[in-house]
Amino acid sequence: MNGKLILEDGSIFTGKLLNHSKATGEVVFNTGMTGYQEILTDPSYCRQIVTLTYPLVGNYGIAELFMQSRKSFVNGFIIGELCDEGSNWHYEMSLADFLTKQGIPCLYDVDTRAVTRKIRSAGTMKGIIVSEDAAQTEIDELLAVPIKKEVVAEVTTPSVYEIAAEKEDAPHVVAMDFGVKQNILDSLHRLGCRLTVVPCHTKAEELLAMQPDGIFLSNGPGDPKDLPEITGEIKKLIGKKPMFGICLGHQLFARAMGADTYKLKFGHRGSNQPVKNLKNGRVHISSQNHGYAVDEASLRGLPLEVTHISVNDGTVEGIRHTELPIYSVQYHPEASPGPDDNLYLFDEFLTMMKEG
Amino acid sequence: MPKKEHLNKVMVIGSGPIIIGQAAEFDYAGSQACRALKEEGLEVVLVNSNPATIMTDANIADRVYIEPLTVEFLEEIISKERPDGLLATLGGQAGLNLAVQLAEKGVLEKYRVELLGTPLKAIEQAEDRELFKETMQKLGEPIPESTIVEDVASAVEFANEIGYPIIVRPAYTMGGTGGGIADNEEELIEIVIKGLKYSMIGQVLIERSVAGWKEIEYEVMRDSADNCITVCNMENFDPVGVHTGDSIVVAPSQTLTDHEYQMLRSASLRIIRELGIEGGCNAQYALDPDSNRYYVIEVNPRVSRSSALASKATGYPIAKVSAKIAAGYTLDEITNAVTQKTKACFEPALDYCVVKFPRWPFDKFVYADKTLGTQMKATGEVMSIDRNFEGAILKAVRSLEIGVHRLQMEKMAAWDDARVKKHLGRVNDERIFAIAEALRRGIADVDEIHEITKIDKWFLYKLKHITDIENRIREEEITPKLMLAAKNVGLADRSIAELSGRTMDEIRTMRKTMGILPCYKMVDTCAAEFEAATPYYYSTFHAQEDEVEVSGARKVMVLGSGPIRIGQGVEFDYCSVHSVWALREMGIEAIIVNNNPETVSTDFDISDRLYFEPLTTEDVLNIIDKEKPEGVIVQFGGQTAINLAASLQQAGVKVFGTSVNDIDRAEDRERFDEVLTQTKIPRPTGISVTNLEDAITGAGKIGYPVMVRPSYVLGGRAMEIVYNEKELRDYMSRAVKVTPDHPVLVDRYMQGTEVEVDGISDGVDVVIPGIMEHVERAGVHSGDSIAVYPPQTLSSKIIYTIIDYTKRLALALHVKGLLNIQYVVSDGEVYVIEVNPRSSRTVPFLSKVTNVQMVNVATRVALGSTLKELGYHSGMVTPKPYVAVKAPVFSFAKMQDVDISLGPEMKSTGEVMGIDYHYARALYKAITGAGMNVPTKGCILFTVADKDKEEMKQLAKAFDDLGFKLVATAGTAKAIQSIGIDADVVGKVHERSSDIIQMIKTGKIHMVINTLTQGSHSPKGTGGVSPRAVARDGFKIRRATVEHGIACLTSLDTAWEVLRVLSFMRERRLVYSLALQDYVGGGDDLA
Repeated sequence: MNGKLILEDGSIFTGKLLNHSKATGEVVFNTGMTGYQEILTDPSYCRQIVTLTYPLVGNYGIAELFMQSRKSFVNGFIIGELCDEGSNWHYEMSLADFLTKQGIPCLYDVDTRAVTRKIRSAGTMKGIIVSEDAAQTEIDELLAVPIKKEVVAEVTTPSVYEIAAEKEDAPHVVAMDFGVKQNILDSLHRLGCRLTVVPCHTKAEELLAMQPDGIFLSNGPGDPKDLPEITGEIKKLIGKKPMFGICLGHQLFARAMGADTYKLKFGHRGSNQPVKNLKNGRVHISSQNHGYAVDEASLRGLPLEVTHISVNDGTVEGIRHTELPIYSVQYHPEASPGPDDNLYLFDEFLTMMKEG
Repeated sequence: MPKKEHLNKVMVIGSGPIIIGQAAEFDYAGSQACRALKEEGLEVVLVNSNPATIMTDANIADRVYIEPLTVEFLEEIISKERPDGLLATLGGQAGLNLAVQLAEKGVLEKYRVELLGTPLKAIEQAEDRELFKETMQKLGEPIPESTIVEDVASAVEFANEIGYPIIVRPAYTMGGTGGGIADNEEELIEIVIKGLKYSMIGQVLIERSVAGWKEIEYEVMRDSADNCITVCNMENFDPVGVHTGDSIVVAPSQTLTDHEYQMLRSASLRIIRELGIEGGCNAQYALDPDSNRYYVIEVNPRVSRSSALASKATGYPIAKVSAKIAAGYTLDEITNAVTQKTKACFEPALDYCVVKFPRWPFDKFVYADKTLGTQMKATGEVMSIDRNFEGAILKAVRSLEIGVHRLQMEKMAAWDDARVKKHLGRVNDERIFAIAEALRRGIADVDEIHEITKIDKWFLYKLKHITDIENRIREEEITPKLMLAAKNVGLADRSIAELSGRTMDEIRTMRKTMGILPCYKMVDTCAAEFEAATPYYYSTFHAQEDEVEVSGARKVMVLGSGPIRIGQGVEFDYCSVHSVWALREMGIEAIIVNNNPETVSTDFDISDRLYFEPLTTEDVLNIIDKEKPEGVIVQFGGQTAINLAASLQQAGVKVFGTSVNDIDRAEDRERFDEVLTQTKIPRPTGISVTNLEDAITGAGKIGYPVMVRPSYVLGGRAMEIVYNEKELRDYMSRAVKVTPDHPVLVDRYMQGTEVEVDGISDGVDVVIPGIMEHVERAGVHSGDSIAVYPPQTLSSKIIYTIIDYTKRLALALHVKGLLNIQYVVSDGEVYVIEVNPRSSRTVPFLSKVTNVQMVNVATRVALGSTLKELGYHSGMVTPKPYVAVKAPVFSFAKMQDVDISLGPEMKSTGEVMGIDYHYARALYKAITGAGMNVPTKGCILFTVADKDKEEMKQLAKAFDDLGFKLVATAGTAKAIQSIGIDADVVGKVHERSSDIIQMIKTGKIHMVINTLTQGSHSPKGTGGVSPRAVARDGFKIRRATVEHGIACLTSLDTAWEVLRVLSFMRERRLVYSLALQDYVGGGDDLA
């Protein structure tokens, strides 16, 4: 059946509705040409309506192997062509079946370039997915649904779990799960780490009681400003152990240090984002997914230095404590989807832990 | 890192003539690089032998040398210009090989020239198979089990170890020359022998075949700070086994998971880092469709055909960025030309699907082996863009100009099911059409076709979407819904018309009434993430928003020339670009429509607006509907554009320049005869016949030999010279279908001197920038002849007559712009052969050597300026004091069963120019540049037809005087001996001991002079050679010369000119160079 995406500014984009379903959410776009499954299952997109700029989606189907979390947390999916004849040796089910199974509203056959152009010029905004014949009252109701804040609680692990390492003397990393992507855990594990993944509301004392060699602050959805309690706990952890943060974890670390964060016009979401390492001048291509950024001006006077910036817009992409073994990046060195140019950041964490 | 301070002057090497495997993409890359370097304030010295290119224009580089691309000439130029750096990575394999030779010979060291871009070591690591293997092994990158052999026995031994099939690749060649896949020992031996010959270093690689795997390519960039990015990846529709240049390619990859995409991307980055390349690099992989296993197949440490494609597919200008990197910049310092805001250090994101489709010369070489394998055969390619694969592939198909507008070949429609199915297994240019035919009929499903072809099912499902819609259109009423579905899978109005039994106009009207119109989208490198400044557009029916804003400025559309093919090469792209530049100079917005990714015209910063679209009536009209230009210029886009003139005019579009009616008066035989009668200009006697009897009677009256051809032909297709009634009967029954609607023309064949003229007329005055005289007498296609400017043998009376005739014809045809006329001069009389009321192949050549900006002037005239206003007066421009020679270049080495003998059918793929104050040296430069190895001593084989024996005697005497040893076949030897000159008799082919082929193979013969015996004068059929002809000795001898790189002259005219060069060589030095600027500026001393 036919459906449409209505943005809060009144613009309408038509398409076909996969299941008779509706959705409200913040509409964001990702420019990656591959990795739709990784994007769909990245918890950082929780409650958002995600549109993909690449128009052919579903080409290689869905496989368990590429899941980045236990399920997809997106509120809606807006794409061009929905391919139901996927072809790849990894293929386990079609994208359409996956979306249906996960109960994700999907509007396809959409001019996603038009959607993207709208958002890049007007900024990220609320939108709804409805069927073509939806009544105005229904539309108004959906548009009135507020964007839920503090969604970290929805995506975090409900309980502590461990991932054992092969070696006995493996460094022990406690990862605070704000919506962690599977490949972050896998990347640390591949480097030989023993992992304990803890829920987002874990207290600093509890965490330290686990005797970590290092603390990892994960990625996750939403505005870091909405998480004062978690920020408070992180503050307590600073100086106790080597620490590494990614994405939301990076923003929370900055806030815990007293820096500020702000919302970007339309964020950075894609697999082609250039990041410059200010230490050596080298540029690496990174996978990114963030709608907020650390305010560079707010770092002044703090024991923090900017280590990485975005080549595209100069925004802060990485910071480091000038005295303590703590650093964080705004982008995703674990890739999945995206390039693995930045795996070196995990190595640095390992070195840091070894040096204590 | 900022610009390298010590660099002031940089030398750029071009790729030379267009040949299969090395086409217009290097004009695009080279021009872009030269402009990028000039932007940095560097003085640019360019060397390229190809006059048909934009890059050899005097305004592209500070010093342009149109000289042979040999080490000798390059050293001469280096010693003269003393450049600080050499950029060779933009000149294709030719440029790279020369850089290696210059370094090895110590020239770079001697003159302290820094090799920019790719280090010498990297060239060797990528090109030398053993070093490549070592490098990959060191990196841990898998390559197929392989070994390097220098003899056949080792090849067989290795094959027995790892098993067949085995791939053979010669080292240091381009386009896979001499390679192939062997399924058994016999085939292996044959291919290895050939490969060893082609390799510059006598090595071939033999390796495990991974045929059937996915073929994936990555375009990677690296700068001096070790920053690396991938510009684009591409997936071949055709699995491994077909040369990537002969494959249908999509960008980005479609069937790779993110994991697979990143796995190969990371491998590419590791490779470019290891090689230490500063600039662009291309890496090709075979990916197992059933696991994560992959092999690195090939690495090109330079800008390539694929990088031109990637640049056009993404909007990322690889050549420009490579040049900036060579000058010292890092990627994050270079601005992204598309967004003007972001930097070149990012990876483009596409939000559309790109398809590249090769254009093969099988329409010219109909008897050539059409099988596709590791040796590239395509002369050119088209690219298309749409929001889905179906739309893109159909756009590509209708851009090819091979007489199809969808995935259906007329001849296949008549085949029975079994035959269609059989063709699924044949890997040739028609395979995709056979697949579509099978899907259309439902005689094979996707699974079965996949089993046979190994083409990924994803692609096959897409083709099925198209044929399913086709079948629905055939059966159902065309509702708006079905119409939209048809347009969404990319079917042209013409196709829908054909399927539904309506006319194209009806469908167009119906579609527009339904409100189904294309939307135009922008190619912006970033999937709309950032605002872009680039006016680079494509159409799609799969969209809601048309984002292209139309300006209110005065604007004119220029139609491009489509894919490079024999008969329509890069020359026409040169003309299109100059027309665009002229319009922009005039303050008019220039819109260009073209579909060739290799060209300068489709560089997004050439025109004000670039529409990357098929050149068909529908596609062009859709753009016109949107842009509403004042009119269209068709005279610069070759026959492609001219062919659209009538239908565009019919749709109410203004065609600037010579009117459609006058174009028809020049092209239609009968109407042209009226023009000649009216202007009182003679042409060779001829008649138009509609049956065999009339042909025989007519030919008898005219007198043999006669030239025969169908009435509507271009580029000499199906044209032959017949010497007697038997041959005429044969031709009439075989080569043409003669009907009252399709008459055959029988003309007197005049063995005179052929002369070619390009002129510009405004309807009042006629300016003739120059006249060219052909070395080969009439009968050899003008595109295959050596042309000399100014004429060397014509009397002033003849020249006066030619000027007079040209004026009369231009005025009679009301030409507004360019025209090209071919004359034959016989017994002091001038006859007209044909008139083309458009730009011609010789326009770039003539523009360069006469310094008359012909296209610029013609564009202005077409738009209403008069020649007088532009400062020109009627008549011929005073000839220059120097001589320029244009010589054809062939790709015979790539087309194994094509006869190299020349005739009325064009066979050359490119051209070179030689220029000098001495005719003989200009000629030497031209033939050397064309790749002919002129021996200064040694043995010449004569084997000529009876009709040529008398003339040959003097030639033999002259060569004998120069000290050459002469050998000849029995009859020819007898003729030579009759004038008292020694000539050893050699046995004919297979007369054992003194077998000619053996002598050629073993290097005992250094040049061959061979003219065709009567009756075999033209290869049977339209180009190519029939099996019968292949069996002939002459054919075998000629092919042997190609395979062993020996000069073979098939015309005594050419032989006389070579002799002239050889005599000249005794007296003066041959290597002497001046820049084009010196010649046209009239400065510098004479040699």
